[in-house]
Amino acid sequence: MSPSDVVLTALIALRSNILRTLLTMLGIIIGISAVIALTAAGQGAQKGVTDRIKGLGSNLMFIQPGTGKTATGLQLPGQGAGLFLEDARAIDAAQIDGIDGVASQGTAPSPGLPFGGTAIYRGQNYSTTLLGTEPTYQYVRDFYVSEGRFITEEDVTKKALVVVLGAKVKQQLFGDKDPIGENIRVTVGPGNFAVGFSFTVIGVMEEKGSTSSTDQDNVVITPLPSFQARVPFIRNARGLTNVSQVNIKVKDRSKIPQIKQEIADILRKRHNLADDKENDFNIQSQSDVLSTATQVDRTLSVLLVSIALISLIVGGIGIMNIMLVSVSERTREIGIRKAVGAKRRDILMQFIIEALVVTTLGGLLGVLVGLGITQILQHDWDFTVQLLVASFKVSADGSDYVITPKWIMAGLGMSAATGLIFGVYPAWRAARLDPIEALRRE
Amino acid sequence: MISLRGISKVYKLGSQTVHALRGVDLDIQDGEFMAIMGPSGSGKSTLMNIIGCLDRPTDGTYALDGIQVSRLNDAQLATVRNRRLGFVFQSFNLLPRLNAIDQVAMPLSYRGVSNRKQVAKVALKLVGLESRMHHRPTQLSGGQQQRVAIARAIVGNPALILADEPTGALDTKTSHDVMEIFRRLNEERGITIAFVTHEPDVAAYTRRIVSLRDGEIVSDVPNVPIFERPRESAAAPGASATTGTPVAVHAPGPALMEAGQ
Repeated sequence: MSPSDVVLTALIALRSNILRTLLTMLGIIIGISAVIALTAAGQGAQKGVTDRIKGLGSNLMFIQPGTGKTATGLQLPGQGAGLFLEDARAIDAAQIDGIDGVASQGTAPSPGLPFGGTAIYRGQNYSTTLLGTEPTYQYVRDFYVSEGRFITEEDVTKKALVVVLGAKVKQQLFGDKDPIGENIRVTVGPGNFAVGFSFTVIGVMEEKGSTSSTDQDNVVITPLPSFQARVPFIRNARGLTNVSQVNIKVKDRSKIPQIKQEIADILRKRHNLADDKENDFNIQSQSDVLSTATQVDRTLSVLLVSIALISLIVGGIGIMNIMLVSVSERTREIGIRKAVGAKRRDILMQFIIEALVVTTLGGLLGVLVGLGITQILQHDWDFTVQLLVASFKVSADGSDYVITPKWIMAGLGMSAATGLIFGVYPAWRAARLDPIEALRRE
Repeated sequence: MISLRGISKVYKLGSQTVHALRGVDLDIQDGEFMAIMGPSGSGKSTLMNIIGCLDRPTDGTYALDGIQVSRLNDAQLATVRNRRLGFVFQSFNLLPRLNAIDQVAMPLSYRGVSNRKQVAKVALKLVGLESRMHHRPTQLSGGQQQRVAIARAIVGNPALILADEPTGALDTKTSHDVMEIFRRLNEERGITIAFVTHEPDVAAYTRRIVSLRDGEIVSDVPNVPIFERPRESAAAPGASATTGTPVAVHAPGPALMEAGQ
């Protein structure tokens, strides 16, 4: 029989019991659409994390306080050693080879935490993060103003009450209105004990997107001294100025390990750490964060795909079951075909092709359903991800949903393979039937 | 064309051995129109399966057109069935999903013929069913279904058609029509036809009757087909059907009459 005849025969057989064919296909459809959708989700998440972290600049290093660090990265008075503005100055002064810029920052609690910061303009409130920093921040973080100007050395010296708004804060409080020169109020602290200050808006930051932990566009930036002068818990008992993070830009990524070592030496000396004591600070580079995120993500992908594969196996067992039923129902047909000259190979092919047609059609439908699910998820991506992994908050828009032709081909390949694997045994049973016995069967 | 020598077939049913055929010698010439008769258990089905290349003899040789069939493997036997043989069964054995023309074309698909539908159409015309080409078995009467089966048997231009009780599921009138088709195929096209039957009515149409009993040939005699007999004899086929006389006794009757004339 020519291949087209075999396929045609299979289609006729499958058409004769459409409901059964569709139900059989369902397992494969679910399996393949799950593979497609979950892979897309996994890859999308991975790409999202990677893109955003890369967006921060891969030449970036962070120093954060170690022991005594609170969830917010803020050093509270009396809680052991911390990280100080003076540390950052010392690193800058050491002129380590390869360092391109240093910018310290202090943050008042992140949005959503109990001691949240709030930006207020004409009765409108928006929960945000107040960030005090230095003029070098723009260059070090590769994050620039799009309107107005950034804070200057003069602002720092004068402890000027000026702020640069993150794109989101500007959008929420001012909409399309020009915010430059307007006064806003920012409060920090818990409930009735919140302290508030009035600031003049001098600029708006460009849109940057969010990382896995913070939304960089939801921020209000002010000079570090202005921030420290007003946020009461920012100085420690020794009169040093706490900072929550020191950002360091390096010229060459390959030098990061060496620079890390030199910074650690300086900080250990400054913090009077004995040789047997561990660092009381953390130095992380973007690539560390990236590899951690990628690893988490890969684990997630493997998990999702294995769930999908299990459903595919279940679907395959369904195929095998139905094919066995079909072979036993069509024993007489097999006998007739053999009597008129069908060889074992012809019968074997007929049933294998039948299984392949079911699974490949199922696979095609599965790909379509998978693409459909992906489309739906794109609209509610954040929600879905939260649903899947509560802590895995990636992006609010679906632009990172990745479906590659490679995965569509893989989906079809997997469904065909399922048909082959689970179709061979029933087909073999059919092929080895004795024609005399088969013809006798009612 | 067909030459069986010392064919025997032994089945093992548990500890019991059953001798279905015991040294059968049989020759069938080109263009013959014959019946193999016998009561159930006589071994005629086994003989048909062996002649039909569906089964292999335990012992003996079987040559079909000079080919030693008993030495062929499964795939080669399938090829012989496909190219040299046609089957017609009592229960028609059509595939329920296919329409008449696809049924008839089906054997050709196993030998890679490209203009199958045309060839199938010609075969359907020969059995007078070209108007029912696109009907499925359920849309056809019993006689029509058997004619589709006959068309399927002749479509591959076989050397021999084996018909196993072809009228067993049909009424008298339809049986007659079907036997008439076989007669025409034999006479006009020269197709060799062998019936396997226990019905004297069927055997009465043939020119040779071979009778089996207990796995051995007990008689092999020529016969005057019913359509060639004098009127009074042909007018009473019902009588011979109801007699229930053993075939070996009944069948030679007309043959002797022929010899006497």
